[in-house]
Amino acid sequence: MSLFSRGARGLLLTELLSGMALTLRYMFKTPVTVNYPYEKGPLSPRFRGEHALRRYPNGEERCIACKLCEAICPALAITIEAEPREDGSRRTTRYDIDMTKCIYCGYCQEACPVDAIVEGPNFEFAAETREELFYDKDKLLANGDRWEAEIAKSLSLEAPYR
Amino acid sequence: MAEFWHGYVWPTIIVVAEILCVLVPLLLTIAYYTYAERKVLAFAQLRKGPNVVGPFGLLQPIADAIKMLWKETIIPSGANRVIFIAAPIVTVALALVAWAVIPFDQGMVISNINVGILYLFAISSLSVYGTIMAGWASNSRYAFLGALRSAAQMVSYEVSIGFVLVTVLLCAGSLNLTDIVMAQDHYWLGFIPGWFVIPLLPMAVVFFVSGLAETNRAPFDLAEGESELVAGFHVEYSAMTWLLFFMGEYGNMILVCAMTSILFLGGWLSPIPLEPFTWIPGPIWLIAKILFVMFLFLWVRATFPRFRYDQLMRLGWKVFLPLSLFWLVLTAGVLTAMGWVPSH
Repeated sequence: MSLFSRGARGLLLTELLSGMALTLRYMFKTPVTVNYPYEKGPLSPRFRGEHALRRYPNGEERCIACKLCEAICPALAITIEAEPREDGSRRTTRYDIDMTKCIYCGYCQEACPVDAIVEGPNFEFAAETREELFYDKDKLLANGDRWEAEIAKSLSLEAPYR
Repeated sequence: MAEFWHGYVWPTIIVVAEILCVLVPLLLTIAYYTYAERKVLAFAQLRKGPNVVGPFGLLQPIADAIKMLWKETIIPSGANRVIFIAAPIVTVALALVAWAVIPFDQGMVISNINVGILYLFAISSLSVYGTIMAGWASNSRYAFLGALRSAAQMVSYEVSIGFVLVTVLLCAGSLNLTDIVMAQDHYWLGFIPGWFVIPLLPMAVVFFVSGLAETNRAPFDLAEGESELVAGFHVEYSAMTWLLFFMGEYGNMILVCAMTSILFLGGWLSPIPLEPFTWIPGPIWLIAKILFVMFLFLWVRATFPRFRYDQLMRLGWKVFLPLSLFWLVLTAGVLTAMGWVPSH
């Protein structure tokens, strides 16, 4: 009997046909695709993307060249040189991040006492050459100007937990 | 001079025009079959498929073709150059040449030869040579293993395809494809189409599954087997040569779909013997049936995982061969006992 029913099932392809019915049903379901370049998934306020150097609202740069980020960086991606400015305040003369070394751990923004270096929400900064990924101070400050609204919003959302 | 003109030149021009009328739509179908495959697989997996190049991604096959033409054809240093280049040409030429005998309507066929079904069988048997030549000439282990598998697989399944064809031509009483379709031109009880798929349903299933194996399609794509053999017999091919292999593979698939439609689904015959349906011209019915079987190919690929090699051989030799042989004897016995043997 079991041989007969097994043979009948095999000859009538019931299992194969039920599998095909399942795939046919799936063909009419709505795709779950996020159509990436045109649609994007939600990002957490804690998302660690491209780096940026922020400014105060009056335009003065936040970074005070304490070099805590350079010290904590596990990938040794940050290079800072500093000297007093004409008005006597301590500022960086050089602030480089080698984005090819960076591992996006976020320790630099944790270490920063003035919220100057932050990792913003931008993750679309692919480049065609290696040199384009050696960021200098101008590039980082430009990033800060470009993403300030998003960065400020993320920081205010995260403020209760810091 | 007039004899030369009417005896040679005009017939040649007409035949070339007929060939173009078949091949140009066929090549377009091959191109858009790749697009349809990607779309069907995507929908079955809750994805969207190609949708960026052109409206709904409809220009994707053209973009792919342009990319293939611009890329470099790499010939491995250890390869046998002549056979390496010849293999894809053989594959695609055999896939296209078989269309000479496919009838699209009563009298609408490039070459209405009396042994059309034998011709198709011979051409589909020859197509294994493209695969073997590619595997041998590539001088690569993966390609060689893929070619060995493909050769054994195609030979095994050709046996049961042969028995299926014999069963069909017993019922039709002819080796001519037009006569085979015309033998299905009647309706049981006035409305059930007299297609061979109804009396010979198990044979139709065996033919379809063997056709999957014959064209190295999922779930029998062991010759490619990308998870174990990287890409099987065409692992060393690139650009235009690779494109020719794919054109050959898809051309063979469409050919098997056309054979299924003609042998079992009544070719260009209308499924319903009523007025509005009989107005539709025959080629459109045939194309609709071919498209349906083509969709079945993709549907099967979207559903089933790849067979293991010993399972493939077991299915071919221990299931399909006895089943088709049994059904052949049964059909012949019934035809003789009831006096239904067709006489021409």
